Amino acid sequence: MSTLKIKKGTSKHSAYDLKDPNADIIETHTLTVIVTNEAGVLARVIGLFSGRGYNIESLTVAEIDHEGHTSRITIVTTGTPAVITQIKAQLGRMVPVHEVHDLTEEGPSVERELALFKVAGHGDKRVEALRLADIFRANVVDSTLESFVFEMTGTSEKIDAFADLMRPLGLQELARTGVAALARGPAET
Amino acid sequence: MTRQMTGAQMVVQALIDQGVDTIFGYPGGAVLPIYDEIFQQTEIKHILVRHEQGATHAAEGYARATGKPGVVLVTSGPGATNAVTGLTDALMDSIPMIVLSGQVPTFMIGNDAFQEADTVGITRPCTKHNWLVKETDKLGDTIHQAFHVATNGRPGPVLVDIPKDVQFAKGSYVGPQQADTKHYAPRVKGDIDAITALAELMEKAQRPILYTGGGVINSGDAATQLLRELAKATGFPVTSTLMGLGCYPASGPQWLGMLGMHGLYEANMAMHDCDLMINIGARFDDRITGRVDAFSPKSKKAHIDIDPSSINKVIHVDIPIIGDVGHVLEDLLRIWKSRGRKTHKEGLAKWWTKIEEWRAVRCLSYKNSETVVKPQYALQRLEALTKDRKDRYITTEVGQHQMWAAQYLGFDEPNRWMTSGGLGTMGYGLPASVGVQVAHPDALVINVAGEASWLMNMQEMGTARQYDLPVKQFILNNERLGMVRQWQELLHANRYSHSWSEALPDFVKLAEAFGAKGIICSDPADLDDAIRDMLAHDGPVVFDCLVEKHENCFPMIPSGAAHNEMLMGDASTEDAIDTKGAVLV
Ligand SMILES: Cc1cc2nc3c(=O)[nH]c(=O)nc-3n(C[C@H](O)[C@H](O)[C@H](O)COP(=O)(O)OP(=O)(O)OC[C@H]3O[C@@H](n4cnc5c(N)ncnc54)[C@H](O)[C@@H]3O)c2cc1C
Ligand SMILES: Cc1ncc(C[n+]2csc(CCOP(=O)(O)OP(=O)(O)O)c2C)c(N)n1
Repeated sequence: MSTLKIKKGTSKHSAYDLKDPNADIIETHTLTVIVTNEAGVLARVIGLFSGRGYNIESLTVAEIDHEGHTSRITIVTTGTPAVITQIKAQLGRMVPVHEVHDLTEEGPSVERELALFKVAGHGDKRVEALRLADIFRANVVDSTLESFVFEMTGTSEKIDAFADLMRPLGLQELARTGVAALARGPAET
Repeated sequence: MTRQMTGAQMVVQALIDQGVDTIFGYPGGAVLPIYDEIFQQTEIKHILVRHEQGATHAAEGYARATGKPGVVLVTSGPGATNAVTGLTDALMDSIPMIVLSGQVPTFMIGNDAFQEADTVGITRPCTKHNWLVKETDKLGDTIHQAFHVATNGRPGPVLVDIPKDVQFAKGSYVGPQQADTKHYAPRVKGDIDAITALAELMEKAQRPILYTGGGVINSGDAATQLLRELAKATGFPVTSTLMGLGCYPASGPQWLGMLGMHGLYEANMAMHDCDLMINIGARFDDRITGRVDAFSPKSKKAHIDIDPSSINKVIHVDIPIIGDVGHVLEDLLRIWKSRGRKTHKEGLAKWWTKIEEWRAVRCLSYKNSETVVKPQYALQRLEALTKDRKDRYITTEVGQHQMWAAQYLGFDEPNRWMTSGGLGTMGYGLPASVGVQVAHPDALVINVAGEASWLMNMQEMGTARQYDLPVKQFILNNERLGMVRQWQELLHANRYSHSWSEALPDFVKLAEAFGAKGIICSDPADLDDAIRDMLAHDGPVVFDCLVEKHENCFPMIPSGAAHNEMLMGDASTEDAIDTKGAVLV
């Protein structure tokens, strides 16, 4: 089980003064959750978010330890600080959950997403798409005479920016993996 | 050491190894192999209910009255879906329960087979955890894990779904010791720094209050004893939620009564005005807090809870202590004593003077009548005629009668009061009384009921009769969905939309049809004798107590109001709830 970092005595005030000041602050947090890779575990996590009205901006999951049967779920979520704390506590109490980390709170981290862009066009537009792909260090993974599929890895913002540029140049389809993230530096053991 | 046996044999073996002596169930095609094993053994008693919902509430009652988990066995499809309300009820009230359900054979899952339902999918949000077991080799281990999860940390219901081919097949069985339970180990010891900080606050507090809840009862007898010791040693006043009644004795001098929406004036005023609130195993439910931004504005708050998600969920607290009540109170008492057992004597004396003023309001007084039985009077008489019975267990249905029972009956011991608090499930009380009586065959078990709730699971009278369970069904019959009617009076300008109990059965005849005794009483002068009659009868009784039809339950904190804005018995109820409050439940 995870030990949750709920700060004790964070405030000298009672609920009366505290409830409101934070109510409007919406924060984005990246959580990483290590779970037993058993049937239904993803449904459980998603059900928690939908059942309690929490937001999922992005969610990725894959097995990371075949022998230990564990998977890492990376969730980008938004909410007030109180809601974010609740989300972590609710995740932490689930039986197949081993660890919950809030990468946004626990120090520097790296976040990456992979995206595939299908761009179709002729003439100048086609040349421009290829030129921008080069600047963004996107790879061409498929090409025909009238289309490209670009592959790009980067932060979500970088992918957003590239997608915005490709739209007028003939962006037809976009596939994104969602965010994978790790804390920087060696792992605490 | 592993042994070869069939899945069905494993189920029975695992239950025996877990110390189970009683299960509540209902057979069907997908659990026939398990029923066949039950037939061939004598260690486990199976109680055949009349409806699977009844099995779940009976198991809840059994669990609450014994401190042991309740066990339920149901078939696939409709058997499992009928268990959903009881699972949800147990989840809300933190009751340890294990439901074993049959499932269609593994090779048919997903084919819309006969009596197939996605049971783990349906019950995922209403269990603490659930499992679909696809290999017989894993069955023993999974059932032991299920008991471990249901009873450790914050207790709750779990479900194990067992396909029929898994029950027939042979595999190797592992006992509880070899089962893989280690990764679920919630923390029970509280943080010593936080506990010390609380001890410091206790020394300085001038207006402290102990706000206790169901978590004390969940934690067990040791926690109850420690709570009583803490109260006695400090002299602090004690209140409790609906779920915690009995953890501090109602006859104790520091008892303020239940708090919350229908709680006592003195308890709610003390919560509102305190300077130190010590929440011990309660969860700041909305029936307690009322308007959150006006909740106990002047206090420092400490919260002892085993579930981290209960902390700061509703109310922000100054000192969160994550741990088991028993463990934390032990440390708290030790630390507080070692620091010299200090309290603010002067402040406390003044605080008690204030509390006595609130007590003098006598918020539970009501206008009695010589001609009709007032529901409050009926419960006062029931209390007077049964309170000396050390073995008295009370269950309730849901509604006004439930609140009056909480107000007018006193509990000196834990595990004597079973009620559906969080989900508020009408139809809980009768099957729960069956479960309690199964656990304590010689005890006095009374279900305080409303007629509407009681009808929801009345088929369980058949179970009571079959197993000679002398449960007493004390029905406060107001021919109304009383609690709904009260809200319509307060919120919807007396437009009583569908809150009548029409076409009611003749409860005496109904009792007799079930082979039970029926008693009817409508005159206050006859009430004592009628209650004595009920108590003297050695068998199940349905007591139809015809009471005042339009009585309202007070005190009441209207939705959206603060603790110091209570409606009292003789208050005008017009415009009591403003438009903002009206959207709340
Ligand atoms: C019609 C109706 C009216 C109601 N009106 C009222 C009312 O006026 N007043 C009232 O009080 N209630 C009322 N209720 C009940 C209310 O809805 C809640 O069920 C109840 O208040 C919750 O009680 P609790 O806070 O003790 O929590 P529980 O539901 O009993 O939860 C227990 C808490 O303790 C924790 N816990 C469990 N085990 C341990 C352990 N070993 N160690 C530490 N912590 C542990 C859990 O994590 C949880 O947070 C009403 C219900 C109905 C149906
Ligand atoms: C299963 C279920 N359905 C509906 C409700 C809503 N409800 C709460 S109290 C109540 C009326 C209960 O009437 P009764 O059992 O006669 O008790 P009274 O309030 O009259 O004492 C209703 C309908 C509920 N709590 N549970």
